[in-house]
Amino acid sequence: MANIEIDAPGATQLLLGNEAIARGALEAGIGFATAYPGTPSSEIMGTLAPIAKKMNIYAEWSINEKVAFEAASAASLANVRALSSMKANGVNLIVDFLVNLQMTGIGKGLVLVVCDDPGGMASSNEQDTRPVAKWLSIPLLEPSTAQECKDMTKWAFDLSEELGMVCMIRSAIYLSHTRGNVTLGELPHGSSTASFDDSYDIDNPKQSTYTCGMQFHPYKQSEELLKRFSKTPERFESSQFNFYEGPHTPPELMIISSGVCSTYAAEAVRILNLQDRVGMVKLGTTWPLPERFVTRYLQRSDKVLCIEEIAPFVEQSVMELAASFPPDHPRPTFYGKRSGHVRAWGQQDLDLVIQSISKVMGISYQNRQSSSPDYQSTVNEVAQIIPARPLTFCPGCPHRASFWAIKIALQLDGRNGFVTGDIGCTAMGMIAPGSHQVRTYYAMGGGVGVANGFGQLGRFGFSQPVIAVCGDSTFFHASIPGLINGVWNKSNFMLAVLDNSATAMTGFQPHPGTGMTATGEPGNKVNIEELCRSLGISVEICDPFDLTGTIDTLLRMLRDEEHAKVLILRHECDLVRARREKEKPYKVYVDPARCIGEECGCDRFCTRVFSCPGLVWDREAGKAMVDEAVCAGCGLCADVCPQRAIVKEAV
Amino acid sequence: MSVRELRKDPLNIIIAGVGGQGNVFMSFLIGKVVMKSGYSVTIFDNYGASQRLGAVASHIKISKEHFNTSPLLHGGDADIIVGIEPVELLRNLTRFGNPEVIAIMNTRPVYPIGVISGELDYPNLNTVIQAIRRLSAQSWIIHATDEALKLGNPIYTNVILLGALLGSNSLPLEREILEAVLKEELPKAFDMNVAALHKGWNLARGQ
Repeated sequence: MANIEIDAPGATQLLLGNEAIARGALEAGIGFATAYPGTPSSEIMGTLAPIAKKMNIYAEWSINEKVAFEAASAASLANVRALSSMKANGVNLIVDFLVNLQMTGIGKGLVLVVCDDPGGMASSNEQDTRPVAKWLSIPLLEPSTAQECKDMTKWAFDLSEELGMVCMIRSAIYLSHTRGNVTLGELPHGSSTASFDDSYDIDNPKQSTYTCGMQFHPYKQSEELLKRFSKTPERFESSQFNFYEGPHTPPELMIISSGVCSTYAAEAVRILNLQDRVGMVKLGTTWPLPERFVTRYLQRSDKVLCIEEIAPFVEQSVMELAASFPPDHPRPTFYGKRSGHVRAWGQQDLDLVIQSISKVMGISYQNRQSSSPDYQSTVNEVAQIIPARPLTFCPGCPHRASFWAIKIALQLDGRNGFVTGDIGCTAMGMIAPGSHQVRTYYAMGGGVGVANGFGQLGRFGFSQPVIAVCGDSTFFHASIPGLINGVWNKSNFMLAVLDNSATAMTGFQPHPGTGMTATGEPGNKVNIEELCRSLGISVEICDPFDLTGTIDTLLRMLRDEEHAKVLILRHECDLVRARREKEKPYKVYVDPARCIGEECGCDRFCTRVFSCPGLVWDREAGKAMVDEAVCAGCGLCADVCPQRAIVKEAV
Repeated sequence: MSVRELRKDPLNIIIAGVGGQGNVFMSFLIGKVVMKSGYSVTIFDNYGASQRLGAVASHIKISKEHFNTSPLLHGGDADIIVGIEPVELLRNLTRFGNPEVIAIMNTRPVYPIGVISGELDYPNLNTVIQAIRRLSAQSWIIHATDEALKLGNPIYTNVILLGALLGSNSLPLEREILEAVLKEELPKAFDMNVAALHKGWNLARGQ
């Protein structure tokens, strides 16, 4: 939809925050970009990869975030500007590398973009990555609009080069996934030339600082790092991304905010009509804090309110700064997460920010709905009839079949077996459409990791079978070490790889098993079964749409007390199939003559238990019915109906 | 080209539906058209973790005066809500509706999983329509999916509703710019989509 490669300085485009970050990287002249998919960061690489060839850059979906970031660092060391983007959880994986890279420094500009997910709308958790920047002395930028996403990304490359260290951009879901007007800048002409300075001078280790920090004692590296980092505050003090908006006279309240919360604050002040009473300090550079800039405004008001998402990161920095004021210096009263005026978890939104400001200012606000009691009472009445709409597997999803088979097999096995789950679409195995099978759910590769432990508990009387489930992309990302550990240490578990040949939840990005690269060119395909068989364990493959065959195989493998084993449940994601093929695999319909409805005795087994959105209960007819606008034509439900009333006909 | 005054700034629109109905593309088309007309726009597509059939709501804010409007509406502040799915329209009306709001509804339900399993009830369509009439100042009820199926594919549902939105005259949408944007975005399927757009326009005009 967006066109980020056009060379039209001054033109306005409607870009997602993530697309604007990609454009900013192009304007900065990157030559190298890497990423692992993860909501809400995926669109950065999703935008860069298709135009990489044309723009003469290398773009890669990597196997995981750690390898992605390490590869981008190599480009930087060889004098090519590089970008690496990921979701918050990815940062957990790269910290080990990053802490060491910070010690030695970089070559050309290296920018790490992290997209947090406050509220955890599309994540296993919510976590604030900004403390990593503080911990590792990384300059941290927080854009607040799509325009700033572009402009700050471009600036981050200059800053990174000037300071000789990685720069971090922190976005969040409400910025990454918000479209806004973006005025384009110039695209550079010319291309990068890569070379790595391999000279090594034992007498002058500084020459070799970039790559061989080992030459120094670690404490000396720390000293060097702080020296490089100490130039950051000066650059931040004069940044155009930090500014004040509000009355020229001292305001009653000073709001300090960053990121997308700055836009909530600005709009809330307008809605509350407080423009003459409230000032706003908008921070674009949040670590290190631009202390002189902030101090100027801390002195202008008796009350300070900090608004930000997840952790009280800026709030704590500002309070630390105030603690360093001389004793006779006036200190404002601080309001925020610590005082309970700002919600200490989850995402912020305009309602919450209006509430926070109203509370501190001692005013009350009625919106257009709450100011109309009649309307509100209708709302309360109508709300009673609205059914909830929880997450579900898509119609035609092979995971519905896989979890159905796992459920039946574990029931037939009868030893209270259970599933340890993983990240991605397969995590929905914990909800109804996944037959409530998943019992643990932590991190990428975590399913097989914890299965390793369960599988060693036989000596303590543990007799429950354990099935670790992961997707195909998750298998490559972080499950292989856990599997090898299980093989080596003879842990008793089964790894079920639910291979739908796609990184589905984040938008069908390729991975080593698909054999395609980010730019759509053929790579070398890595075969999951051959890789597993090389470990000398039993590996079987089933199509989960063959329910009987899959259940039989599962049962046989569960009863086999051999140690770690792998079952690949392979069927392509139906959304990927549907992109390629116009026709559905089957025409599926309910034969009304055979469906005997409530009389059947199955108690509406197909809709009550099987839970596919394409198969609904027609209340008027008292029979099952296929919703043709939703049905994907997979035909799985035909095998579930005891009356064989659901018909699938090959198209 | 002078930019027309908005009857309210920012003017707030929600497109509510379920994953796979074309919410995101519809909000993008609206955004691109108003941007080309000289306004600032922010659009947040709230789709969470679901590829298909989860609740989706796109929040669109159009402004002549502010470049930094925030990505979400606050409670009770919608000016227009389009429901590609009936109860999703209701859900958003209860949170973002107010006595002045305009509602445009597609009549084709997509049943939530709790309804399919029999734990929850999906309200009768006439009940939904009555509730929508009570919760809006003006409403259009459009059989968009049925009309899309007549055109050969349910995929046209969102563009039919976009036509109805155009026909309702509640947004600063210029028909010529909208058609030009459709041509840019869907060059191969332009003719069918213009037909869908006109269908929706006519359906709204007829009410």
